[in-house]
Amino acid sequence: MTIRLTTVAAAIALSLGGNWVLAGDKPTDPQIAHIAYTAGVLDVEAAKQAIATSKNKAVVEFAESMVRDHESVNKQALDLVKKLNVTPEDNDTSKALSQAAETKRSELAKLTGADFDKAYVENEVAYHKQVNGALETLLIPSAQNAELKSLLETGLKLFQGHQQHAEHVATELK
Amino acid sequence: MNAVRPAFLALLLGTAALVVPAQAETIEVTIDRLAYAPAAIEAKVGDEIEWINKDALVHTATVNGGAEVLLPAKKSGRLLLQEPGSFDYICRYHPNMKGHVTVRP
Repeated sequence: MTIRLTTVAAAIALSLGGNWVLAGDKPTDPQIAHIAYTAGVLDVEAAKQAIATSKNKAVVEFAESMVRDHESVNKQALDLVKKLNVTPEDNDTSKALSQAAETKRSELAKLTGADFDKAYVENEVAYHKQVNGALETLLIPSAQNAELKSLLETGLKLFQGHQQHAEHVATELK
Repeated sequence: MNAVRPAFLALLLGTAALVVPAQAETIEVTIDRLAYAPAAIEAKVGDEIEWINKDALVHTATVNGGAEVLLPAKKSGRLLLQEPGSFDYICRYHPNMKGHVTVRP
């Protein structure tokens, strides 16, 4: 199991082109909360870029649902950390996620029309896949607090739904 | 005379039961943490389904190429079943949410 976790963390670190939580190190609850919250915020920002850029109805509708869902879950997350008196703690994974999202945002900013739509939706598929992988193999197993774990589990189900929705839109664009 | 009336009434009621279709029902399906419960239901034509969305998320109940009911966060929505058949449905925003309705004539 340790080997598997390490491999996964390394794979994610590689795909992010940055530092995932140090291989073998389990993130703490304040770090997990920060990572999950950051992942949501970044997807909302990506969605807002899509809403401003895209003219495709399916793409805009998808992006609007990302804003709606991630804002709703992050509100629940904020309520929970407040209730648990936990202060989300910035960490290398959150920083790597933000860095990767910024790079992607600049890439997408150069595109318009169908090229933008395709690149945005494909990135949404990849992004949700990556976050779901991290939730399943690292964040959920590492979470100590039962309520945090439960919120992450619901989050996983939600993001798996987003991944399928994105895959469906990607098929429509082809 | 008194004995005849109840018998006559029973006959009337008996006939009525044969003619009037069974009363339409409302079948409740709850949505909690991205799952329809119960996931599979049986109903008859004329019944209504009421989806009660307990999530703070917008969902739908969407039959592929057919009816769609929008289910706002913490709200419910209804669908009158007009045709018999067997239908799979999903949430359009979260296609990993799956349900099934069997509608008898």
